[in-house]
Amino acid sequence: MPDVVVIGAGVVGAACAYYAARAGLEVTVVERGSVASGTTGAGEGNVLVSDKEPGPELDLALLSNVLWRELAELGGFEFEAKGGLVVAETGEVQRALTGLARAQAVEHEVVAPEDLPRYEPHLATGLAGGVFYPQDAQVQPMLAAARLLRHGAPELRTGETVTGFLRSGDRVTGVRTDRAEIPAAAVVNAAGTWAGEIAELAGAPLPILPRRGFVLVTEPLPEPLIRHKVYTAAYVTNVASDSAGLESSAVVEGTPSGTVLIGASRERVGFDRTLSIPVLRALARQAVELFPVLADTRLIRAYCGFRPYCPDHLPVIGPDPRAPGLYHACGHEGAGIGLAPATGHLVARLLTGAETGLDLRPFLPDRFAGETS
Amino acid sequence: MTYDLVVIGGGPAGMAGAAAAALAGLRVALVDGGPRLGGQYFRHPHSAEPLRGRFPRLRAAVAGRATVLARHRVWTVQREDDLLAVHCLAGERDERPRTVRGRRLLIATGAHDRSLPFPGWDLPGVLTAGGAQALLKGDRVVAGRRIVVAGTGPFLLPVASGLAGAGADVAGVYEANRLTGIARRARPAPAKVAEATGYALELLRHRVPFHAGQAVIAAHGDTGLTHVTVARLDRDWRPLATRTVECDTLAVGYGFLPQLDLPVQLGCATRPGVDGSPVVEVDAGLRTSVPGVYAAGEATGVGGADLAEVEGLLAGRTVAMDLGRTARPAPALARRRRRLTAFAEALLRAYPVRDGWRGWLSPGTLVCRCEEVPYARVLEARDLGALDSRAIKLLARPGMGWCQGRVCGYAVACLMGEAPQPPRRPIAQPIRLGDLADQPEETP
Repeated sequence: MPDVVVIGAGVVGAACAYYAARAGLEVTVVERGSVASGTTGAGEGNVLVSDKEPGPELDLALLSNVLWRELAELGGFEFEAKGGLVVAETGEVQRALTGLARAQAVEHEVVAPEDLPRYEPHLATGLAGGVFYPQDAQVQPMLAAARLLRHGAPELRTGETVTGFLRSGDRVTGVRTDRAEIPAAAVVNAAGTWAGEIAELAGAPLPILPRRGFVLVTEPLPEPLIRHKVYTAAYVTNVASDSAGLESSAVVEGTPSGTVLIGASRERVGFDRTLSIPVLRALARQAVELFPVLADTRLIRAYCGFRPYCPDHLPVIGPDPRAPGLYHACGHEGAGIGLAPATGHLVARLLTGAETGLDLRPFLPDRFAGETS
Repeated sequence: MTYDLVVIGGGPAGMAGAAAAALAGLRVALVDGGPRLGGQYFRHPHSAEPLRGRFPRLRAAVAGRATVLARHRVWTVQREDDLLAVHCLAGERDERPRTVRGRRLLIATGAHDRSLPFPGWDLPGVLTAGGAQALLKGDRVVAGRRIVVAGTGPFLLPVASGLAGAGADVAGVYEANRLTGIARRARPAPAKVAEATGYALELLRHRVPFHAGQAVIAAHGDTGLTHVTVARLDRDWRPLATRTVECDTLAVGYGFLPQLDLPVQLGCATRPGVDGSPVVEVDAGLRTSVPGVYAAGEATGVGGADLAEVEGLLAGRTVAMDLGRTARPAPALARRRRRLTAFAEALLRAYPVRDGWRGWLSPGTLVCRCEEVPYARVLEARDLGALDSRAIKLLARPGMGWCQGRVCGYAVACLMGEAPQPPRRPIAQPIRLGDLADQPEETP
């Protein structure tokens, strides 16, 4: 009998399994699809500290940033500590950006307009400046998840769907799947955008909704044009927005395979995969505004994914008092790749009864008491 | 301007569909990516000698009746309330975005070569059978000096006889299947027998040997192709004995895959065809599951030009009737479609792709040429927890490059032991970011 069953083999589930296994626990991972086949497989691979307001999520991001660098030593997946450049269109936005950077108290460099070309030679002219965050990084999320699972070496059960929980009174004592019953001392819900369905199965609902995002991929370029993750200040406000309608603010970056990735639209339209020309047009426009040289670059692919969105934009991490034995590690919205190691690390500490070293209260599932039935 | 019908694809199916609908009084636009009508089957050089036969007849039927929009590559199709919007890139060097709207849409996008990977298939000098045929028909270019033709399917014969007739030294035709009892099972129409006999005679005249039950399982050379390994195969395509054949060109094809990007974008239902590859599901009137959208030709199942033309005619008539025009019933056409479909399906059954080709791969064989993914990395991804070809793509990148899996998608699905899935390509043609940014804001 395993000590813990982790539901979901996305990057968060993989990190939970990895750290739990390293803490000496026996781990089983149950995944209804393949490794990284949900939101992880549709992610850009952002490991960002720059876009977080000061507060609990930034603390989590900073911890994660350190842990990603350790994990990268394991090898087998791309990790690029390339840094992020946030640019401002106007002087007013630039002042707001520098104010945010000071409040975040993370490593940063304020970049004057005339210095922008030193960071990004092909950046549009006429920008009011920017802030460079050397800690921002890029990870290939699918391979990272697969490698963490390989290194943690849990029992991996892919193509198997959790259909219910084993209970002893209120207590969760394992999961039931379409193939077997798997008793375990604890269960971790790392089902991402579908974590609400899992929580429902446990009679402990969570308000997690899909927030669609499109990513555009260009043809491979013969030489890299873009060195860092580059985005405009609007990205920060869009991430924190509650609007259901379309919001987009292009994050533009080059990848080791030569393609340019352009993310991130945000819409709450359920699980609809239909291509939306207005979304593509908005992303293309913003990318070309940032890098005019991209106007002649061809788009060869577009894909979408569904971020697990919570009303307060914070992930759900911690034990569920409604179902003792059940832990949540989900609802990271668009930051799941970046926040995965810290989440896995904290969950492993909780499972082994160790000090977490970080105030978990803002992340606990209890915070939704009263919002859900 | 809004058309009654927009036809995508200027091959036999699209031309026939446009002509039939226009004859019934509909306003029709025929959109094609190429410079001239004809598609792959009627491909012809610019300003060649006057053409004879069906093509000029079809072209004359289209001309003056339908608006022909050549050099229009469709990158996406979308529904806009009651209309279907066909988003194109028009022109060649200075292509411009252009949207053509219609009340009905006929998808006649044809098929492309089905490829299987094997060691050396990425060498210069190795091309698809369809590619060799296109060079010959469109540019009157013979692809090489000493040519080997290999793969499976009836298409290998016209390719080899065309090359031989144009003066190439065709070293041999290697058909992987054994073809026992084909004539009995397929019961071909006399015209088909005559066509096949014509090719066979042409090959005989040029002393081109035809080998059934044999395949090219590896290509060799440093900077270009110098020779190939030919194997005698067992029933499952496992090599029994091999020998070397010198050549500078290899034209290889394992049948065809319908181009389904656009129907899948619109949500048209598909089903596995006789050969396992997905095809668009249509009713007897060539209606797809999506209201207002019709499909004809190879998209509904690979069956050749005659069947495509018949389906186009039927589809054009159905559209006219659905839009309230009168069209006389055409029972003879429907009967002809059934007969040709039965023949096409018998051929697909006679020329299957057998699993043994997987054994031709070595760990270093590229499975995806665009992203240079060797077979070993596909196996590694499977080992890391990928259960299906989509997961393989995410972990090892086959299908992520220029061709978006059009070349390697079939093979990767077979390697994972799954039936090939309908392609999910929301962007059917590369589009410049500048053009995408300039897309008009409002849609009528």
